[in-house]
Amino acid sequence: MITLNHLSLGYGSKGVISDLNLTIAKGEFLVVVGENGVGKTTLIKSLLGQLAPHAGKLTIADGVKIGYVPQFRNLDSEYPLSIRDFVALNVRPTWRPWLTQVERQQVETVLAKTNLTRLADRPLGLASGGEKQRAYLAQSLLASPDLLILDESTASLDPDSKVELLSLVKQLQTEGLTIIFVTHDWDLARQFGTHFLHMDAGCYRNGPIAELDQHLGGK
Amino acid sequence: MFALSFMRHAFVAGTLIAILCGVIGVFVVARQMSFMTHTLSEIGFAGGSFAVFAGWSTLHGMMLFTILSSVLVGRLSVKESRREAVISAVSALFIGLGILFLSLSSQSASSATGILFGSVVGISAAEVNQLVILSVLILGILVILYRALKFTSFDRVGAQVSSINETAISIIFLLVLAVSVSVTAQIVGSLLIFILLTLPAASAKYFTTGVAKMIGLAILFALLGTWVGLYLSYITNWPVSFFHRND
Repeated sequence: MITLNHLSLGYGSKGVISDLNLTIAKGEFLVVVGENGVGKTTLIKSLLGQLAPHAGKLTIADGVKIGYVPQFRNLDSEYPLSIRDFVALNVRPTWRPWLTQVERQQVETVLAKTNLTRLADRPLGLASGGEKQRAYLAQSLLASPDLLILDESTASLDPDSKVELLSLVKQLQTEGLTIIFVTHDWDLARQFGTHFLHMDAGCYRNGPIAELDQHLGGK
Repeated sequence: MFALSFMRHAFVAGTLIAILCGVIGVFVVARQMSFMTHTLSEIGFAGGSFAVFAGWSTLHGMMLFTILSSVLVGRLSVKESRREAVISAVSALFIGLGILFLSLSSQSASSATGILFGSVVGISAAEVNQLVILSVLILGILVILYRALKFTSFDRVGAQVSSINETAISIIFLLVLAVSVSVTAQIVGSLLIFILLTLPAASAKYFTTGVAKMIGLAILFALLGTWVGLYLSYITNWPVSFFHRND
């Protein structure tokens, strides 16, 4: 689905990632782990087409649609939209102001997939951290991506909410969605990932999740 | 009161403007552009003064100034952290310019009052027609861009990673806002647009959870304020602007 071939990335003359090789197959749950500053965000920008490579090649298969759940959003407790309206913001931007019957149905489907149907009429500003992350996830799903990138989506959640969110994501993966999950959390990586990419100051290792501990032990 | 033609004109103009401000205001509030709107109205004041000085119609002067400066301010303040400082500086410059143009032209005092406070009951049939055309144009643009505008206004982060060209939408919205401010200023005056554009929408936000309902409520609040203001002005003979500001 996606191939990174001797990929080098950076900003201006400053290099951040050099010589990264990676293949992401359809249906994988790839966990990207590594400390701050190793280039996880840079890699995401490149996948989203916001950053041209310094060297090497990034190949994305034809027709693959990438969805992205950003790490930060500044929505305070007075944020006025309901969860349903927030999710529906991501409908295709046609000239039609109102939602068609089909679009309404699509919104309800992603709400159901993210366990938000019951909460859909509540203001998003009053939702818990976990509910908010699920709403962000649902909004991305509305564009029906083939690959979904989750950027530290569990960072500010309590342990139960982390597991709840990732269980949903895992379910989506078993239904055919490819996942890239960026995190600091080794335990979550082991529990939910099928493959890993460990980024560590110019040294990149990847493989099936079963090899993660072996890789870490041998470091 | 509708037996008087100037009251009929005032009623039609006031109603249109209330609708326009209700719709745009919801996006102004969501995009946290209240301060920007205030600055645009001051820029409109400078444009109006320039028109008086140059012998143009005030609407044309205001549109020229607000459109040019909205693009300028939009470009200068791309970084949110710099926005407030840039807007303050631009504000000061344009109020100064407004006063300069007024003092350069011979007819300062009454023109200044006209620009600052508007003249809802002094509006002619031709001006009402102009207002109708511009309002329909603006509302048409807002309808066509509604989905993209809603996404970029209520979830900028999400819109940035969607297929929407967020920068283009921001620029178009600034231009629409500039024209609306100029048009509205004819009627309610530079000093009051800011209130009509922000207060109804900011209040509507607390009563509902959907954008369409918010727009509906904002229009309702703006209409109530405008109509009550006009009516009280009619029965008391006090200036309409006084009631607008206190509604």
